[in-house]
Amino acid sequence: MGRIVLENVTKSFGETQVIPPLNLEIDDGEFAVFVGPSGCGKSTLLRLIAGLEDTTSGRILIDDADVTEVSPSKRGLSMVFQTYALYPHMTVRKNIAFPMRMAGLSEEEQEKRIMTAAESLNLVDYLDRKPGQLSGGQRQRVAIGRAIVRDPSAFLFDEPLSNLDAALRVGMRLEITEMHERMQTTMIYVTHDQVEAMTMANKIVVLRAGVIEQVGSPLELYRAPQNLFVAGFIGSPKMNLIDGPQAQKHGATTIGVRPEHIDVVESGGAWTGTVGVAEHLGSDTFFYVHGTGLAETLTVRAIGDVSLKHGDPIQLAPRATEIHRFDADGLRLP
Amino acid sequence: MAIVAQNSKYGKAGRTILAWGVGLLFFFPIFWLVLTSFKTDADAVKPEFLFFFTPTLENYLNMTENYDYWRFATNSVITSVFATLFTLAVGIPCAYAMAFNPSRGTKDILMWMLSTKMLPAAAVLYPMTFLTKSMGLFDTHFLVIMVLSLINLPIVVWMLFTYFKEIPKEIIEAGQMDGVNTLGEIREILIPLAWGGIASTALLCFIFCWNEAYWTVRLTTTEAATLSKLIEGNRAPEGLFFGRLSAVSAAAVGPIVVLGWFCQKQLVQGLTFGAVK
Repeated sequence: MGRIVLENVTKSFGETQVIPPLNLEIDDGEFAVFVGPSGCGKSTLLRLIAGLEDTTSGRILIDDADVTEVSPSKRGLSMVFQTYALYPHMTVRKNIAFPMRMAGLSEEEQEKRIMTAAESLNLVDYLDRKPGQLSGGQRQRVAIGRAIVRDPSAFLFDEPLSNLDAALRVGMRLEITEMHERMQTTMIYVTHDQVEAMTMANKIVVLRAGVIEQVGSPLELYRAPQNLFVAGFIGSPKMNLIDGPQAQKHGATTIGVRPEHIDVVESGGAWTGTVGVAEHLGSDTFFYVHGTGLAETLTVRAIGDVSLKHGDPIQLAPRATEIHRFDADGLRLP
Repeated sequence: MAIVAQNSKYGKAGRTILAWGVGLLFFFPIFWLVLTSFKTDADAVKPEFLFFFTPTLENYLNMTENYDYWRFATNSVITSVFATLFTLAVGIPCAYAMAFNPSRGTKDILMWMLSTKMLPAAAVLYPMTFLTKSMGLFDTHFLVIMVLSLINLPIVVWMLFTYFKEIPKEIIEAGQMDGVNTLGEIREILIPLAWGGIASTALLCFIFCWNEAYWTVRLTTTEAATLSKLIEGNRAPEGLFFGRLSAVSAAAVGPIVVLGWFCQKQLVQGLTFGAVK
């Protein structure tokens, strides 16, 4: 079990309030991702749940038990840190065994769980090495191994992949997602990378300046961003946000259209312009278009290879059903 | 130009000579002390026996037979060892708390601790003497251990604090997440990781305790008197017996020089901590 509830939780460092009153529920077995730009309070929020930071006010409940005043060691959660935080003086085996030894598990049980974890994480050959002799990816695997052996009610991940190179990151991302599918244990994952959030989460929590901007499944956030911040943050490449007369035509202050929802047409397009840069990826072509009468450069995604190049005129047709409308306060209009 | 000169053959030779010169200059008093300790009291003051004399063990025999050297030495060992252990037992948790759970006042507390070292010892000599006598603690091992511990505690906490600061906070936090209590964290994670720093701190503390003279001479008479007291006791109204004095001093300095020699690496590390980062 691992149902986590935050009730009116706040956090201040001295005079500065980094988390204004915040409410959040994470259900048992959910993969929740906290995402937002750096300094948005997502790591602080995770550390509050872990107990590594004291809450200034409010309550944190794990499986209906109030743990606000409970020390991190007694909350039954496991955490994987960005810097791995392995014990450098212990071998991989001892690192993984550490939480079990502290919990007083028998030697046989420890060894059994170490082997299960090591096999699933490809660490069997490295059990007698020290962390200093391992690569970044292997170290992160050890940190994950150390987290899973104690069978926690929830896993907390604090940007676990940001110290790894791009290729390894994709691999580890899949491993963690698969681990979640297999174990069905609650996971809370902090990242600034919206791609990680979209690919891994059941539930994304978008944060800005300590405030939850929107909570929802990846597709909910993609399809119906509640405000301009979420609209601009979720999706890659970013949504085109257009102000001015073009927006007023749709009765909004700002309209947003995703690059994949603008069609390149031969004639009769709502917008015209010239191609600035064309990126040919084979499967897709991205055009960066200077639209006539538009202040913004538009990003357009065309399926397959479309043979337009720099300076070519282009006609664009945004799909009417995929236009997101926002009011003067940046909030979504129905 | 300067760089060229430094790297030239002459520059290198010059520096070697300079280093040896400084080394010998600092070593000379010890050498002189040991040399004098093998002279009779009469020979010790005669210029004609400066380097050439008939060596004698008389002073050393005299020291062990008549002056009870071993009792003083035992006291020195007991007080220094226990004072070092006690200082670490208090200093490690203290530095741990300040390094990993600092509050707003932590920096001020550290400064205040250091400021106690600025108080002239003489200012509290009489209160200390009267107080310890009336409490019945004068000339006890307990008193010497406490005094040695307290005068070294600030510097020990400072050194440990600096070492502990170098340990990433996440490792300590990982320990908390892994279900360790504070004591377990100190024992299982902090001490193994900061072992080098703790060892060099302990070594310096031990040396300071061993060499302490001001308080050990004044707060003891016989029972808890250390080697410092033995040296001081060789001051006689009729003049100084240089041979005897040198033997006692050499025997007091000896153990610490040997200890220092074997632990050079830790000592240098301890003394230059934080210098390069």
